[in-house]
Amino acid sequence: MPVVDLAMVPLRSLNADLHKLPQNTNETHWTIRNPGGKHALAVGLDAPVTVEIEGHVGYYCGGMNKEATIVVTGNAGVGVGENMMSGEIRIKGDASQAAGATGRGGLLVIEGDASARCGISMKGIDIVVKGSIGPMSAFMAQEGNLVVLGDAGEALGDSIYEARLFVRGAVRSLGADCVEKPMEAADRAALAGVIARAGLSDDVSPDEFKLYGSARTLYHFHVDNASAY
Amino acid sequence: MTASLKPMPAAPLSDMPATAQTTPRFSATFDPHTISEIQRAAATGIYDIRGGGAKRKLPHFDDLLFLGASISRYPLEGYREKCGTDVVLGARFAKKPIHLKIPITIAGMSFGALSGPAKEALGRGATIVGTSTTTGDGGMTPEERGHSQTLIYQYLPSRYGMNPDDLRKADAIEIVIGQGAKPGGGGMLLGQKISPRVARMRNLPEGIDQRSACRHPDWTGPDDLEIKIEELREITDWEKPIYVKVGASRPYYDTALAVKSGADVVVLDGMQGGTAATQEVFIENVGLPILAAIRPAVQALQDLGMHRKVQLIVSGGIRTGADVAKALALGADAVAIGTAALIALGDNDPRLEAEYAKLGTTAGAYDDWHEGRDPAGITTQDPELAARLDPLKAGRRLANYLSVLALETQTIARACGKSHVHNLEPEDLVALTVEAAAMARVPLAGTNWIPGSAGF
Repeated sequence: MPVVDLAMVPLRSLNADLHKLPQNTNETHWTIRNPGGKHALAVGLDAPVTVEIEGHVGYYCGGMNKEATIVVTGNAGVGVGENMMSGEIRIKGDASQAAGATGRGGLLVIEGDASARCGISMKGIDIVVKGSIGPMSAFMAQEGNLVVLGDAGEALGDSIYEARLFVRGAVRSLGADCVEKPMEAADRAALAGVIARAGLSDDVSPDEFKLYGSARTLYHFHVDNASAY
Repeated sequence: MTASLKPMPAAPLSDMPATAQTTPRFSATFDPHTISEIQRAAATGIYDIRGGGAKRKLPHFDDLLFLGASISRYPLEGYREKCGTDVVLGARFAKKPIHLKIPITIAGMSFGALSGPAKEALGRGATIVGTSTTTGDGGMTPEERGHSQTLIYQYLPSRYGMNPDDLRKADAIEIVIGQGAKPGGGGMLLGQKISPRVARMRNLPEGIDQRSACRHPDWTGPDDLEIKIEELREITDWEKPIYVKVGASRPYYDTALAVKSGADVVVLDGMQGGTAATQEVFIENVGLPILAAIRPAVQALQDLGMHRKVQLIVSGGIRTGADVAKALALGADAVAIGTAALIALGDNDPRLEAEYAKLGTTAGAYDDWHEGRDPAGITTQDPELAARLDPLKAGRRLANYLSVLALETQTIARACGKSHVHNLEPEDLVALTVEAAAMARVPLAGTNWIPGSAGF
């Protein structure tokens, strides 16, 4: 199985090799050494392979991922897993801002904390943060599930659409049009499913979470909402 | 003033009755449109939203003239001597630059804002004459990819419909920072146009009033933009040209920063450039007319030694080949058209006057594109209205119009003695007004005065 040392091999050559992998490749496990905080690492993958990155990554690691499993043993910079479509990205350390931004599918697991704007404009992705998330997370979140085992910062879910936000700890404040909602059976099942996929079923129970989502009062322009525009 | 205020004459001077009145006088400040806007605001409590670009009178290409050939300048024969119109976009970094036959492209307009047949017609028309079309805030449809030989895929703050497969299918990527109608504003698409298909493509509930984000979700500022461009290049294996589109506001610095961030092409959109839906107050009061924006952008490219290496596409109020020629003479490599392309398809057709009247407007002024009731079937998601537009015929009309623009541009270029439209230069131009002279940095006609330049 390939081992690529980014201290020796240019990033361009690694990404190009990963892009050439056919669906049925035998090279299904890649180990990347010395990532050195490089940006755009393992972006645009489109094959069911596992890429294990030993160290820290810069911006946009795993951006637009399809099918691949990417594991980062260190921390991740801005926009990890941005616009990912499917597959799984797991960050063993902390993640910077805009983790999982605009993601449309797949699973992003951050085992540490995530900074501001986690899940911004998410469009179907499932995000699990074992630690806490920063302010303005799930801003304009459209679809998918954000599961936070720790706390959430200010203005959670501002201008949210139909994404579901499950937070186990405290929420500093809710953003415009985001409210706590009763957890229905379907919500609980979705939450349990995401927890199971993240491998955390033994650690937490869906009962420990509160659900936040859209009050849907900003869905139509109206004079009474003027202060929110 | 009434006659009764005048000193009473001893005897009648005319047959005029003593109470004769002047004609009603409208205020220049509180003109009828302004009054109707106050009344509308009072009745509804919400700002006016409309489509199109700035409608106010602005300094524009009309305020410039070409000098043409003379004893010291040698013209080319029309129809006989070659005058090239082709342009290459994106050769700075991309492995596969765009080659267009004419320097006139179709600006980004979304499926959602426009109907499927309208997008198809744009693709057909552009393909006939060898130019490109552009997606919009809502993703790429198979129809427009299928009918556009060269398709530019917009990368917008909302990222609606964004996915790597479409990115790889695109011929170039246009990162949209802003647009001329609303620099600093996000898009809007009102509920009437969020059809089931549009909603699915955008991951939104059907029928809501959609507000697009105004800032990109995962980068802020030029240093981040550079990394974002690197990511998009890595995803697409450095094949696709990357454009950066800005609304005209600080064109010198925006152009310089786009170049610094690694753009192959800068797209600069003036405030006359249209939008599908934005607040009227935004459209009319934010941004620069394109005439004022081109020279600072070109100056930035020249200062960086990148003029003609990073291409500049300008848009916002391009209507004729004269406008194209003037934009190129000021230093642009190509132009983009949006509003004019819709008109060529059939928008605001006087033959639909009765239907425009029912909507409380008139042909030539219809701009409630956000309502989705377009009688021409272009700015709508209503299947019955959309079916009114024949994409083949509309595409042909657009191709005709684009050909005329190219021919007109060549006509002027030949008159100025240029064997390629890119050889037009500011020296070929004069301005009719002091304002245009200052903005375009060409002399006021009949003088050698360029306001604001050294030596005044």
